[in-house]
Amino acid sequence: MMTNPNGIVTQGQFSFLPPLTDTQITAQIKYALSRGWALSVEYTDDPHPRNTYWEMFGAPMFDLKDPAGILMEVNNCRKTFPNHYIRVMAFSSVRGVESPTMSYIVNRPKNEPGFGLVRQETDGRNIRYTIHSYATDKPEGERY
Amino acid sequence: MANQLSNNETMKEGADRYKAGVLPYKKMGYWQPDYQVKDTDLLAMFRITPHAGSDPEEIAAAVAGESSTATWTVVWTDRLTACEMYRAKAYRVEQVPNTGEGTKIEAQYFAYIAYELDLFEGGSIANLTASIIGNVFGMKAVKALRLEDMRIPVAYLKTFQGPATGVIVERERLDKFGRPLLGATTKPKLGLSGRNYGRVVYEGLKGGLDFMKDDENINSQSFMHWRDRFLYCMDAVNKASAATGEVKGHYLNVTAGTMEEMYKRAEFAKQLGSVIIMIDLVIGYTAIQSMALWARQNDMILHLHRAGNSTYSRQKNHGMNFRVICKWMRMAGVDHIHAGTVVGKLEGDPMMIRGFYDTLLDDHTPQQLEKGLFFEQDWASLNKCMPVASGGIHAGQMHQLLTYLGDDVVLQFGGGTIGHPQGIQAGAVANRVALETMVMARNEGRDIWNEGPQILQDAAKWCGPLRAAIDTWKDITFNYESTDTADFVPTATTSF
Repeated sequence: MMTNPNGIVTQGQFSFLPPLTDTQITAQIKYALSRGWALSVEYTDDPHPRNTYWEMFGAPMFDLKDPAGILMEVNNCRKTFPNHYIRVMAFSSVRGVESPTMSYIVNRPKNEPGFGLVRQETDGRNIRYTIHSYATDKPEGERY
Repeated sequence: MANQLSNNETMKEGADRYKAGVLPYKKMGYWQPDYQVKDTDLLAMFRITPHAGSDPEEIAAAVAGESSTATWTVVWTDRLTACEMYRAKAYRVEQVPNTGEGTKIEAQYFAYIAYELDLFEGGSIANLTASIIGNVFGMKAVKALRLEDMRIPVAYLKTFQGPATGVIVERERLDKFGRPLLGATTKPKLGLSGRNYGRVVYEGLKGGLDFMKDDENINSQSFMHWRDRFLYCMDAVNKASAATGEVKGHYLNVTAGTMEEMYKRAEFAKQLGSVIIMIDLVIGYTAIQSMALWARQNDMILHLHRAGNSTYSRQKNHGMNFRVICKWMRMAGVDHIHAGTVVGKLEGDPMMIRGFYDTLLDDHTPQQLEKGLFFEQDWASLNKCMPVASGGIHAGQMHQLLTYLGDDVVLQFGGGTIGHPQGIQAGAVANRVALETMVMARNEGRDIWNEGPQILQDAAKWCGPLRAAIDTWKDITFNYESTDTADFVPTATTSF
């Protein structure tokens, strides 16, 4: 059980809000499409803050412009990985950006054990810090 | 006005020009109304207030002269050089709207001056500024003088590193996209011990902020030496990161009396795993450039507090506009710079501040007089610099902040977090919920400018900390007239 005010991993744009409904997810997809961004769905069972590369649930959907179709991919991913973290990401290919422009979590495990902080005492009062995910003590696919 | 003079009134030639004695600057070649600006020229625009009765073109020529090659009298040694090329050329002078006869303000003039690229050393803000603002602001001939804007040629921009990290890479490193970042300055800014100080950092970050921040004058005083602060703050940062699963940071201010000491502090911040360090504008342009190089070398985000800028940027008739500082700081290589809030406690007209933000963030800024952008500027792929909005802002203004400032900004709620009636974590929750709610509503296509207060009220129904924040600060605004306002007003204005 995480002790932050929400009790959950708070990565992404909307983790402080109640879980997003399909209507809300679709509205955000429409916003991304209106800006010309490509959407993608990614999942993981290793939510370490510096785990950049979540698994791709297929490549970014550069050619899919139908919000309902993209929501279907989101829901396919949820069905396949009901107890993983799943996020929707948007990518801009515009020169000067060429980077993600949105990222919000749409699915998460029922229980989120969170992270421990490992302090390695070194010279003087110096400490080296490691953020350790409790879930990753188990192998991939067996974590949540 | 500019083209009323014919060429023979502007410059003498040959032996006549170089006869010993004093010549008006116009006749020395510093006033050239027919000059064709080159793409490689550096352009500057000054607001000139001449003494009553003096010729504004002569004053413009004097500014051009004294900021490039001239001295007060003719020197024959000019003739050993390609002096006509090195001379800065005042090429346009126009009266500032709403000044002079029939107004309450004495006549002011905009003077446009072109500088040859070879006048400047590459990669040196110090050299650039020693010319442009080195001498001219104390000239007796001009009653008041203000540097309003500059156009930096691409060729010159390419000699600068630019922001060490840039907005795009900063977001990638922090894994935070599609919303403004949230921060707070630790308060009280002076007097806390390292241990107590770290408590504030931990609470703010765990509650939901992305960054906490040292204030500009937190360096290494008797109540808290810098190593103590760094050690405690990094424990707070890492503990909050583990508690939330998010990357967090604290701007460790490495400002010190010498470069050697600043490098030492920056190295310690790196050793402790900090993602960001901070410097103050008062350390000087060269020191800023050095720290930007260090930050690029060490994968560090570099935050700049604009301490001291209002001593010369606030008054409209003298000094320099903050947009020029924004340009120089983007070139010098900082990743963050405080650039105004519009709605908070510090100076700021909405359109002027938008001009600063555009200057820091755009690949290319067109000329937009209503934003105070006098020149088109191509930024030549220089990284973007994140503006920071800090000073007297709170969660209840979120719709205004998001409308005015957009996504690429760090919103710093110092008092608005730490002064929350239910505690610091609750203050952070209120701000983060207000932010996420407003971003979501905007993306859904709602009119947040008008519906914003209701959107916040609706979120406050399920979020107690937001309810308390709105109740505490609901009527707090800082409605003073700005001193730095546009000289040109667009004919039709809508929302702001």
